[in-house]
Amino acid sequence: MTHPLNPFAATRYEARKARTTIMAKWGTALACLMLIAPVLWILAYIFHHAWPAFSLDYFLLNPSDKGKAGGLWGPLIGSFYLVICSLCVAVPVGVLSGIYLNEYAKENWITRAIGVGVTSLAGVPSIVHALFGLGAFVLGLLPLINRFIDDPLQRMHAGLLTASLTIAVMELPLIITSTREALSSVPKTFREACWNLGASKWQTIRTIVLPNSLGGILTGIILSVSRAAGETAPILFTGAAFSLYVPETFPEKLAPYAVSEPFLAMAYHLKIIMAEISGMPEHMKFGCAAAMILLILSVNSLSIALRMKLRNAKKW
Amino acid sequence: MSTHIEFSDVSVHYGQKRAVDRFSFKIAEHSVFAFVGPANSGKTTMLKCINRTIEFIDAAKVTGQVLLKGQDVKAIRDVYSLRRRIGMVFPLPVGLPLTVYENVAYAPRRMGVRNKAELDEIVERCLRDSVLWDEVKDRLDMLGTKLSGGQQQRLTLARALSLSPEILCLDEFSIAIDPVTTMKIEDVLMQLKEKMTIILVTNLTQQARRMADHVAFLNDSELVEWGENEAMFNRPKKEITGRYLNGEFG
Ligand SMILES: Nc1ncnc2c1ncn2[C@@H]1O[C@H](COP(=O)(O)OP(=O)(O)O)[C@@H](O)[C@H]1O
Ligand SMILES: [Mg+2]
Repeated sequence: MTHPLNPFAATRYEARKARTTIMAKWGTALACLMLIAPVLWILAYIFHHAWPAFSLDYFLLNPSDKGKAGGLWGPLIGSFYLVICSLCVAVPVGVLSGIYLNEYAKENWITRAIGVGVTSLAGVPSIVHALFGLGAFVLGLLPLINRFIDDPLQRMHAGLLTASLTIAVMELPLIITSTREALSSVPKTFREACWNLGASKWQTIRTIVLPNSLGGILTGIILSVSRAAGETAPILFTGAAFSLYVPETFPEKLAPYAVSEPFLAMAYHLKIIMAEISGMPEHMKFGCAAAMILLILSVNSLSIALRMKLRNAKKW
Repeated sequence: MSTHIEFSDVSVHYGQKRAVDRFSFKIAEHSVFAFVGPANSGKTTMLKCINRTIEFIDAAKVTGQVLLKGQDVKAIRDVYSLRRRIGMVFPLPVGLPLTVYENVAYAPRRMGVRNKAELDEIVERCLRDSVLWDEVKDRLDMLGTKLSGGQQQRLTLARALSLSPEILCLDEFSIAIDPVTTMKIEDVLMQLKEKMTIILVTNLTQQARRMADHVAFLNDSELVEWGENEAMFNRPKKEITGRYLNGEFG
C-alpha cells in the first residue's frame, strides 16, 4: 500500500517493522541497564563504606580482638594457601582426565556417562560438597592416616589438607570441562597429520594439541580459582577457623599454617564477622567484603587478559 | 621387479557399511600405481589400510591381508615404524600450527634428529622436491597455517617426504594446486620414483595416464580391474572401465 504520490514512503507494514525494531533495541538495552545498575550500586556502596578501613596495615596485620581491629593478613594468606593446595590436586587430576576423555577414550556409553557425571558435578550445591568433604576427608581419610601415627600430639586434624581436598573436588568439573573444550577446539586434521607421520598419540598431544589449547585450559583453571576462593560452605566443616594465633613477624608470617591444622580464610572470616560477632565496626565488615571482591576481580581480569592475548596469538 | 605392496582379499566395513570389497592387487617396487574411480569408491579407505591409520576409526573393521615386502602389516609390532616408512598426503591441505621449517622438521625431530645442519638439509631438500622452496625460502619462520591452500598442500607433501619414505601415497594431491605447479610436481615425482614406490589416487584420468605404470579402476567399493597403463586405457576388459577412463561416465 504505497503512498500514491511518493513511491518511496514507508508502507504501514514497514513503519510497524521500524517501530518494533526500535522497541526491541531499547527494551534489551533497558534489561542490560537493570543488570548493570545494581552491580555498580553495590560496588560503590561497599567500597564507600570500606574506604575508612583500607590502609597498608589493614592488609599486612593479623585480625585482633575477634576481627574488630587489626587487618586481614591471616585470612588472606590462608585463602592463598587453600587455593594453591587445592590446585596442586585439582589441576593434575582434572587436566589429565580431560586429556584422557577427549583424546584416548572411545566414544561409547561409558565416556558419555562420565561426561554427564562431570557436568552434573558442576551443578552440585557447595553445601553438599561440604558434607561430602566432611564425610570423605575429615571422617574418612584423617582417621585412616592417624592410625599410623602413634604420638597423639602428631595426629592430623581437619585443616588445610582436608579443606583443600574438598575445594579440589569442587574445582574438578570446571577444570575437566574447560580442558575438554580447549582440546577439542584443536582441529582433528592436525592430529591425523601427525599420526600419518608416525607420531604417537602422546607425541601429538605434547607437541601440537597441548601447546595450542593451553590458553583455554589456563582460563578454566583461573575461573575455578575465583569461584573456589569465594566459597564458605566447603571449608565450614573441613578445617577453616576464626580465632587462631597467627605469627605477626616475617618470615614465619609467610607460611603460618601446617597442613594438618586449622587455618584462617577470607570467606569464612567474612561470614563470622558479619553474622556472629556483636559490636563489629561497619568499616571492618565492608573492608573484608571489598578485599574479597578485589581479589576475585583481579583473578578474573587475569583470565580475561590471558584470553585476549591468546585470541591475538591464534595460529590458524 | 619385486612386489612392494600386496593386497590379498582386503575388505573394510564401517559398521554395517562396506567401503572396500575384497581388493587384491600387487604393486611393484619403484613404480607408479594409480587408483582412479568416482567419489566414495573406497580409495582413501584403501590407503588408510596401508599405514594402519584406519585403526583410529573405531567403527572400521578390516579383514584380509596387506603385505609390505611380504610382511603382514598387522604383524608389525611397532606401528609407528610402519607409518614412518609410508608418506601420506591427503586431499585437504593441512599446515600444522608450527613454522614452515618446523612443519617439515616435525617428523625427523620426533625420530631424534637434533643436528641443525642435518635438519636444514632435510627441510631444503623436501621443500625443493615439493616445488615450494622458491616461494618460502625467505620466510621459513612463518606459520605453516598462514600459507595459501595450494602452498599448504605442497607443505603437506614436503612433510610426507621428510623421512625419506619407501612408499609415497598421494590422495588427490592436486585438487588445491594450480595446473602449472601440478606439472612441476609431477616431474619431481617421476624422479622420486627412483627412490620410492608411488601410489597415486586421482580423479584426473589424464594424470594417471601421464604418470602411472599401472592403473586400477575402483567403482562402488569394488576393484573393477587393474593392469598396465596402456592396456587399461586402450584395451580394458570391462566396458565400464573404458567409459570412465575416457571420461564418459555417469
Ligand atoms: N570414517 C568413516 N565412517 C563411516 N563411513 C566412512 C568413513 N570414511 C569413509 N566412509 C564411507 O566409506 C566409503 C568410501 O569412502 P572413501 O574411502 O573416503 O572413498 P573415496 O576416497 O574413494 O572417495 C564412502 O561411502 C564413505 O561414506
Ligand atoms: Mg577420498
